[in-house]
This record gives sequence, C-alpha cells and structure tokens, in this order.
Amino acid sequence: MKEAPAAGFQQTLGDPRLQLAIYSATRRLIDHRASAVDAAHLPDYQELRTRANEIKKHTIENLDYYLEQLESNVVAHGGQVVFCRSGEEATDFVLGLAKERGARLIVKSKSMTTEEIHFNERLERHQLEAVETDLGEYILQLAHQRPYHIVAPALHLTRYDVADLFSKTLGVEKEVVPENQTKIARAALREKFLKADIGVTGANFLVADSGAVVLVENEGNARLSTSAPKIHIAVAGIEKVIPRAQDLGVFLDLLGRSATGQPLTVYTSFLSGPRRAGEIDGPDEFYVVLLDNGRTKLLRDPEKRQSLYCIRCGACLNHCPVYRKIGGHNYPWVYSGPIGAIITPQFHGITEDGWLPFASSLCGACAEVCPVKIEIPKLLLKLREEVTQAKQREGSGGAERWAFRMWAWMMTHPKMYRLLARVGAWFAPVLPKIGPLRSWARQRELPAIPSRSFHQLWAERRRP
Amino acid sequence: MTAREQILGDVRTALGRAGSRTPPALAAPLLRISQTDRNLRTRLFVQNLEKLSGKVILAPNAASATQAIQNILAGQPAVASNAPFLATCGVTSLPNVRSGFTDREALREASSTAVIGITSADYALAETGSLVLLSSPLEARLISLLPPVHVAVFPRSRILANLDELLRAVPLPAEQTSSMVLITGPSRTADIEQILVRGVHGPGEVYAVIVEDS
Amino acid sequence: MPRVSLFVTCIVDQLFPQVGIAMAGVLERLGYQVDAPEAQTCCGQPAFNSGYPEEARTVARHFLNVFRDAEYVVVPSGSCTSMITHHYQEIFLQEGKRLEEAHGLASRVWEFSRFLLEVAQVEDVGARFEGVVTYHDSCHALRELRIKDGPRRLLAKVQGLTLCEMEAAEECCGFGGTFSVKFPEVSGAMARTKIDSIRNTEASAVVSIDSSCLMQLQGAIQRAGLGIRTMHLAEVLASR
Repeated sequence: MKEAPAAGFQQTLGDPRLQLAIYSATRRLIDHRASAVDAAHLPDYQELRTRANEIKKHTIENLDYYLEQLESNVVAHGGQVVFCRSGEEATDFVLGLAKERGARLIVKSKSMTTEEIHFNERLERHQLEAVETDLGEYILQLAHQRPYHIVAPALHLTRYDVADLFSKTLGVEKEVVPENQTKIARAALREKFLKADIGVTGANFLVADSGAVVLVENEGNARLSTSAPKIHIAVAGIEKVIPRAQDLGVFLDLLGRSATGQPLTVYTSFLSGPRRAGEIDGPDEFYVVLLDNGRTKLLRDPEKRQSLYCIRCGACLNHCPVYRKIGGHNYPWVYSGPIGAIITPQFHGITEDGWLPFASSLCGACAEVCPVKIEIPKLLLKLREEVTQAKQREGSGGAERWAFRMWAWMMTHPKMYRLLARVGAWFAPVLPKIGPLRSWARQRELPAIPSRSFHQLWAERRRP
Repeated sequence: MTAREQILGDVRTALGRAGSRTPPALAAPLLRISQTDRNLRTRLFVQNLEKLSGKVILAPNAASATQAIQNILAGQPAVASNAPFLATCGVTSLPNVRSGFTDREALREASSTAVIGITSADYALAETGSLVLLSSPLEARLISLLPPVHVAVFPRSRILANLDELLRAVPLPAEQTSSMVLITGPSRTADIEQILVRGVHGPGEVYAVIVEDS
Repeated sequence: MPRVSLFVTCIVDQLFPQVGIAMAGVLERLGYQVDAPEAQTCCGQPAFNSGYPEEARTVARHFLNVFRDAEYVVVPSGSCTSMITHHYQEIFLQEGKRLEEAHGLASRVWEFSRFLLEVAQVEDVGARFEGVVTYHDSCHALRELRIKDGPRRLLAKVQGLTLCEMEAAEECCGFGGTFSVKFPEVSGAMARTKIDSIRNTEASAVVSIDSSCLMQLQGAIQRAGLGIRTMHLAEVLASR
C-alpha cells in the first residue's frame, strides 16, 4: 500500500509563492460561488441541490436504460455511439478512425475524462498531434504537466511562469500581461482550429431523450472544436447521462455557479448529431465514446455509487482546507481534492492509494457545497474502514489495529481507563515522545497534563 | 462479447438485475419561470448582458437598427447569416457585409477574415443575458464564433424569462437542430492567475441589437 | 429542577478538566442538579473516524449503558455530541434494539451552548469577562449540528466582553483527530492559517465549544510563541 507523498507535501507547503497562488485562487472561487448561490441570487438553491441529487440517483440506478436510450437517440440523429471498456479501447477507436480518414491533427477542448485515460500521450505515440485548446490546458500541455485543478487547470502557475513557458516553447518575446498572453495563444490555436481534422471534447452532460452532448465553457474552444473540424468525437464517462433535456435547467443552474460563480458559462452547447441537411457548417460525423474504465466497478456498492453523481464543478476542491494546502499535484490521479480522495481508491483499488481517504480532517466543507449532495465525509469514513480491512488482509497496520483494540477495551473498563490515564500522566514529563506524540510535537506543543483529571476534581468537589 | 454488451451487462450486474427494465417514473422536470412582464424582461436582459460587458442597443424600428449596425461596422468587413430578419431589416445590404453563404468552405473563409459576424437570435434569456442560436440553413455556427465581434439582431418579442422557459419552448432541441448554443456575454478566460481576459477563441465583443416589434 | 448528567468527553476529562468544572458551575448556577457518571469514558469517535467501526461500536455500547437513564446529557463538545446524535444511528444500524435506544437517547443529548439556549432558555448566564475574544466555529458543530449563532449570542451577553469576528471563522483548525498525527505537516499548516486569521483581529483569546480544536490551536499558538489564549465557551461563561 502506497504512502502519502511526504516529499511532495513538504515541497508544496514550503513554497510560499505556490501557497499564495493556491490560496488566493481558491479564495476567489469560494467568494464567487458564495455570492452566486446566496438567497438574493438563487433563493431555491437548496431545492435545486435536492432535485439534482434525485435526478442523478435515479439515472445512476437505471443507468443501463438511459445508456440505451441515449444510444438510440444519437443514432436517430445520424451519430454513432462507441462503447469502450478502457482508455485503451477509446484511444484505439480514435486512432483507427483517424487512420481511416487520413487525419493528422486533432483539436481538443478541456476534458477530465481524456486526461484520465492519457489520451494525448497515447495519440502522440502514433504520430497524431492532439492540441489542447483551453488556455489553461494549452499552457499545461506546453509545460508537460497534468491539471492542478478540475476547473482551473493551471491555477498553480503565475503569469511569469506562463511568460517563460511561451517564450521557450513558442519562440515569442517574454510577455507577462495575461491579456497579451491570451492573444498569443489565440493566434497559435486559431491556426490549429482551421486545420484540424477532428475535434475531441468531453461532455458535461449526455442527454438521453435527445441523444445530445452538452458542453459548457467560457472561451469558445469547445464550440470551435465541435464546429470547425469535419469530425466531432465526444469522450465521456457513462455516468454523465441525464434523462431529459428539460432536466438541464437544474444542472446548469448549479454547475456554473458552483464552479466559478457564473449563472451560466459564456457558451452552453447542446449538440446532437452531425450537421443536418441544409446546415451550412458543423461536423459531418458525430461520435459519442462511452467510457467505462472502472465506472461499473463503482456502481456495485449502493452507498458509494453516489460518487458517480459528480458533475466536476470543483467546488469541493476550493473549499477543502487540505487541498488548499497540498495543492493538486500531490493527489495521485487527475481528480484531486475531496472528490479525488473518494473516487481514486475506488477506481484504482483500495490498496493502491490507501492514504487518500485519511488525508482529510473530516471538516465537511466539501459536502456542504457539493451541488449534487454527494456525502463525501461519509464515503471517506467508509473507505477508511475498507482500507483498514485491506491492511489486515495484507498483514500490515498491525500496531494501529492493536492500539485501537486496546483502546476499546480500556474505554469499556472505566476503572482501568482512569488508572492507566493517571499513570500515563505521572510519567508524561519523562516519557519519550513516541509515535503519535512525536508527530504531534513536530508541529505543535503538547498540552500540559493537568495534575488531576476531571473525575478526580469532581470527586474532590463532591466530598463534604 | 462486444464492449457494448459487456458494459451494459456489468451495469446491470452491479445494479443487481438480470435484464433491462423500464425505470420507475421520475418527477416532472422542474421548470421555474418567474416574471412574464415584457418590459421587465427587456430591462433584465439589458442589465445582465451589460454586466458581462456585452453591449445592447434598443432600436425602435428596423431602420434605426440598421443605422446602429452601420455605426458598429465602421466600414470593416463583416459576414451575416441568412436569417430573414437581417434581410428584412436591411442589414445584409449594408456595404462590406457578405451574406447568403451555402457552402461551408466559402463561409469558413469569409468568417475567418471578417471582423464582425452578424446573426439573428432565435431567443434571448432575460435572467442571464443570453443569446440562443439554433443552427440551421439560416444560421451557421461559425459566424457568431470566428470574427472578433458578434452582433445579434432580433425582435424584442424573442426575449424569454430564462433557461427554463427556453426548455419549455424547445423541450427537445435535437428535433430541430444539430446545435443549439447559448451565448452569455463575450468569450472570456481567467486561466492565468484568475485574471479576467475577454476574447479568447470566440468574440471578445458581443452586441445585442433589440428591435421593437412592429 | 431537572437532573443533568455531564458527559465531559475523554479529552476534557484527561487534558482540560477545568472545562468540565466550569460547565458544571454554569449549570448549577442555573439551578440544575448536576452529576457526572463515573463509568463514562469516550463516545467512540476516534475509532469511528479511523476506520475501526467495530471498536467504535464497542465503546458506543458502553456509552449507551452509562447514560441510558439520564434525563439530559450535556456535552462540552459539538463533535462528540454529533457522534452520539448523528453517527450512532449508522453505528447501530444492524442492532435493532440499540438503534432504538440510541435514537431515544439522541433527543436527550445536548451540546452545552445549545442546552443553555434551547432547554434552559437563557442567553445571559450572568458572566463577566473583560477582553476582546474571537470565536472559532468547530466543523462538526457548524456543519452537522448547525450551531452558528448560539455561542455568539451567549458571548454577546457576557459583561465586559467584546466579540471580534475573524475572517476564517468557519475554516477548519486542522485537528481532525488522527489526521493531526497522520498528516502533521498539513494539519500544522492549517492551524497556522487559522491563527493568522485570529491574529488579524484584536482578540486576546479564541473561544470555541470544542476542546479538541482548542488543543490544536493552543499547541500551534505556543509553538509560534504567541500570547493568544484559548478558552472553552464554558470557561468564559463561568467567569465572573
């Protein structure tokens, strides 16, 4: 079982510039969200959350039905659905299609699902260029880094980092003004959009009754990726489906507000099939790649399957005091923060990243802001239990298990508890700082042990 | 076994059933449509689009709308969609405005060099300041996307209260179009240090020219 | 007057006994008959939060046995109260009889500040405390028990006391039980952020209704060599 990346923690915690970048960016996102969901701006916010949760629950519990409905409606509008068990199958499909059509260049709009399956790297190995077109993702692609945050992928980089990066990789003069940096990216990417053979996107929602892919974004890169090239491929997890177009009101009202505080993002595209007869532009071919890649595994547990309700708004990251300290790259997978802490062990196996569910103070800030009401702290506890059980099977974690057993025994034998606690207290000054005490003392002073416990004082107080 | 069969099978197994079944009824969609007053809608639309740095022109009639657009154009090259409303207003006959595209390549070429793209809007949403465009032979996608400036001209009667009213008016967009897009202000990003920059890949300037219904 | 049983929690019993005494003093002054069952130990939360529900259940059963007949149980902790009133329902899900018992007990278990306001129905307990304090919302009290204004209302009635809100009042102090020793660097950094926010007020003391948070904050405050006091609400309300 892997341990937490202590060195990575130390590096992030010890970098004041990085700490400031994370802290101020998340602070801004917290404030934006807060003023977008308050009673004055969204009086029925709590009702919307409840509805969103109900719709997600219903859909996930009837996922097979809605996937089939989605499929038949995609086909009815001239598109195709490709079911893929793994990331490999998904990239193989794209590679095969690209080869058949003689495609060389792919433009991509921000998608966590394609990050999850290392789509770009796989394509590059086959001499197929895949260019990220979301500004943040483009910067990260040039820097060969993975997203730091679900919604704000380059949150950890400053404009000076971007200036260095652009000058090194694009051969432009050093430019530190974000507006001009954006212009540089726009010009470089515009050319790609017009030359691209295929546009690859994710999907924020898949609408079963319409066979549609819904994309929300602010820059226009998703619109360009789905409008300029002759082929549009949407790669989406099977959990992204919702039953009806009319359910979008609930989800769109929550998604933008929870993510960035926007009532609606600049562009909301509702895409169903290739261009119709007479439509002047738009793709000639339209594919929806439905990816499993472990999702059916998550579905098995009736309680934990709610992890699949996530609409990737990133609010839980912004509000998580742990994410705000350790940042995105210390999480082992592309999904970071509280949602990452609950889905990563479920995707990768509980024994792989067993430390993740423990890296939380269980403060509950995440659950409070989750627009679809995923009970994150409850799932963290469930996963903690599974990790301790897995450790037992593996034959590790014995000391801790023993300690908790002893503790439980002591706590059910009050006389022994009092006696041992007092013996401990007498020896406190001379006890070496071991185990948890030493960990504590690395960062904080130990509390002074009082000469008498409450129960001793209480007994004295009662004595006539 | 195909991937499709396996995934659907795995889903059913995980959910504890052998075959497919029709799900229990789901509560009717929640559509919250608040204000209906025309003037209030217009006022809200203007307010909300302006908050996003969009610009709004209220034109009492077609002629003044066309005049306003001519001022925006200031002689720069523009492309216009095939929406009949634009022709009715006389926008398509303004100098430097190219319109009537039916060929994808020609449209792409013209749109990528034009400074201004002129479209109509099928609907507008008051509560968010959004323009709603349904792709069709009359409205191409790229005109509102490639040029750095987007001008949408539409009659005032097309302003709906909000997204929910749109979803009531168009419950199944896929029946009508391959693409329905909601445009809420100019293209923007905050990807570098959360600093707001307008005009990334889409237009950095958005105008709504609202024409009083005759 | 009804009888009130104190569940002082293990942490107050062993490390902050004066908090329990202060709480008893306030309740007695209001006329309650106060007892503190000797067999009490812990609510079981440490095991519950660490992935050992069986051990937590064992300790929770003990808790039920000790407090089964109590008229009111008053607790100087939001976190332990929430464990009993919320999480015992999960813990005893498979034990029909215990579940019923836990359910019945839940309505009689009160976090201290809430007991004062909702059962005793007092805001002014006649306390006097000279100085500026700031209030730390402990996470489980805030998010599981929805305790936000109550302690502030009680503090507002303390003579001589000025409450100065910090910006990050609702942010976690970083304690989190075993989290504080499993991830000491992260936990410590969280405490320091909180302390920065406390320092931005004029407060000479930080007040909370959870001694565990206060232990975390006190440890970090001392390490930083600062002169800010940490006080449980009961200690403030017992001052005169």
